[in-house]
Amino acid sequence: MTELARRVDPHLVIERYDPEAELMLMHFGPQHPSTHGVFRMDLYLDGERIVKAVPHCGFLHRSVEKLCEKLAYVQLTPIVDKNDYVAPMTNEQSLVMLFEAMLKLEVPRRARWIRTIFAELTRIASHLLWLGTFSLDLGGALGGGSTTFIYTFRERELILDLFEDVTGARFHYNTHTIGGNRHDLPAGWSAKVISALDTITARLPEYEALTLQNGIFRERTRGVGVLDGDLALELGVTGPNLRACGVDHDLRRDAPFHAYDEVKVNVATAKGGDCLARAEVRFAELKESLRLVRELVNAVPEGGINSGKPVKLPVQTKIPVGQTYVGIETPRGELGAWLVADGTQFPYRLKIRPPSLHALSALPYILPGQTVSDAIAILGSLDPIMGEVDR
Amino acid sequence: MNDFAHGGLYGGLIITVLMTTTAMALWFERKMAARMQSRVGPNIVGTFGLLQPVADVLKLLQKEDITPEKADSALFNLAPPLGAIAAIAVAAVVPFSPSVIAVDLDVGVLFLLAVGALGVLPVFAGGWASNNKFALLGAMRALAQSVSYEVPLVLAAMVPVILTGSMKLSTIVEYQATHHWLAVWPFFLGLPAFLLFMLAMLAESNRIPFDIPEAESELVAGITTEYTGMKFALFYMAEYVHTLVASAVGAALFLGGWDGPFAPGLGWMVAKTLLLFASVYWVRWTLLRFRSDQLMALCWRRLVPAGVVLVVASAVWVIVFP
Repeated sequence: MTELARRVDPHLVIERYDPEAELMLMHFGPQHPSTHGVFRMDLYLDGERIVKAVPHCGFLHRSVEKLCEKLAYVQLTPIVDKNDYVAPMTNEQSLVMLFEAMLKLEVPRRARWIRTIFAELTRIASHLLWLGTFSLDLGGALGGGSTTFIYTFRERELILDLFEDVTGARFHYNTHTIGGNRHDLPAGWSAKVISALDTITARLPEYEALTLQNGIFRERTRGVGVLDGDLALELGVTGPNLRACGVDHDLRRDAPFHAYDEVKVNVATAKGGDCLARAEVRFAELKESLRLVRELVNAVPEGGINSGKPVKLPVQTKIPVGQTYVGIETPRGELGAWLVADGTQFPYRLKIRPPSLHALSALPYILPGQTVSDAIAILGSLDPIMGEVDR
Repeated sequence: MNDFAHGGLYGGLIITVLMTTTAMALWFERKMAARMQSRVGPNIVGTFGLLQPVADVLKLLQKEDITPEKADSALFNLAPPLGAIAAIAVAAVVPFSPSVIAVDLDVGVLFLLAVGALGVLPVFAGGWASNNKFALLGAMRALAQSVSYEVPLVLAAMVPVILTGSMKLSTIVEYQATHHWLAVWPFFLGLPAFLLFMLAMLAESNRIPFDIPEAESELVAGITTEYTGMKFALFYMAEYVHTLVASAVGAALFLGGWDGPFAPGLGWMVAKTLLLFASVYWVRWTLLRFRSDQLMALCWRRLVPAGVVLVVASAVWVIVFP
């Protein structure tokens, strides 16, 4: 543990606290309505102020990694789809990219291009859902929060419709295969994409007025849950949460995958590291993704979408002995996958690095000193998805 | 007709109408919220879903009535009816028309402030007696919030009292009918006082953006966490009645009450009340929620000084232009 992490060690705080104070232990979750799934925190409260916070995860553990060891490589994409259930495309992508890297397969340009469009559309859908649930956290289910929530869900539907047109599924697509894509873009899809983007772009100012420009929203988020950039790097926090601390890091630009080397990605950062900065970064990313998809969808190159050699039994696809790590930038940060292959058609060990888990690990450091109301705002602003935290 | 019979008759009438209106207000709010959120809202039970509140109440009546084992059962069971009574009692002095008024007290404004403030006691008692940490935190917040917002509420209500020279609600309305509505002239006193009054009333009746005692995204359901069935419904109803009565009082104190052309006074009063009520729900379904300490800061740093300034200015106004 570094000097920095030791200085703010969350487990010491309670001993340093006034021994005369009568602390109340509040079990927050896992059935609490706003823990974004099943997440539990033990909050030690002095009045409404949090003195110490101990997060507990694992309530949604489905042993995905162990399950993967018992299934053939080609059978894994529908399994990991359920990890980050708000951005399922990215789960598949990280896994097939890992297998392609180990098999040294070249993915056709058109397939990479389509993957990029999928990744960016997923980012829009995911950030829209985050905006809705974050408003719900700040405003409650019976009030202004739910209004924003329903608006953003309405727009997210448009994106799910687009995915449905291509893959036939609205959520768990299973559209990526080792070496390319399974489904090609149908005729007239790009026009539908543009019209959906137009709708979202036209309605975005309304959401900004309801949230980012709203006085109460700013009051509730400014200076709340300040995460230090060094601590964030120490804890492995990535994605918008890290960029909100002023650290300019985005795998889309720094280690381009898919077709990101052919387009220019403007990485949004913000200073402050508080909930407001995280919200601002996500809003900027939302706009940037809208621009990127517009640019990409008009210039999809022609060609094949799969470079995999035709095989009689896809289940028999074997990966040679070795190990590799591949990380991609998802809406939540760096989603990594690490594979140890033993030459059979089953993984020997598959490790998934979920960005949400690392974001949640910051909670014990940033919660002490805040109130119960802030705890909800902070948890929501980190945008955790329990499906990928617990796997 | 003696006073007692008059009070009994109109009191019963107002309570009946208030209960029915509350049920319909529930339907109205749900329909309005649905329109705002591009949804449909209730549309199954009855025409346009008009019977939905009846179905809701019937459902709540069938729910199991639970008193937690570790709760203070006497206080726990006493709190909901007390809350409902405190909310309804305020309606006794509200002048709906020159004749429809249960009791026209000489100290009507004082009565409604005093009885309106009683509403916090059952809320706190219920939260405390639930023996639940979420309920306790909710009760703590409710107490702090209501006691704090009592101050700007009283200050705002003082402005019409000073300007009209009476604490009797019917006299205040009559003054506005013969002169101007207080929100219209002197608008620089009446309008801010009106807004201040409505804000404080919103905070008193726990409506967004002031609904932190039952902040469901933080405290599950706050004070009502342990309540089920009709006991929960009574708390819920008390809030609606409180909002409805607050709208009526606001209309009477600042918007001229029953005063208006072409239509009978009662119609005007009801229209103004429902307009204020709808605007309360418009705010509710648009805004987010404050944090407890920000709410206190808003009250003590902004609203209370503003109220003091308004009261002093009204006093000066009355002396200079009697």
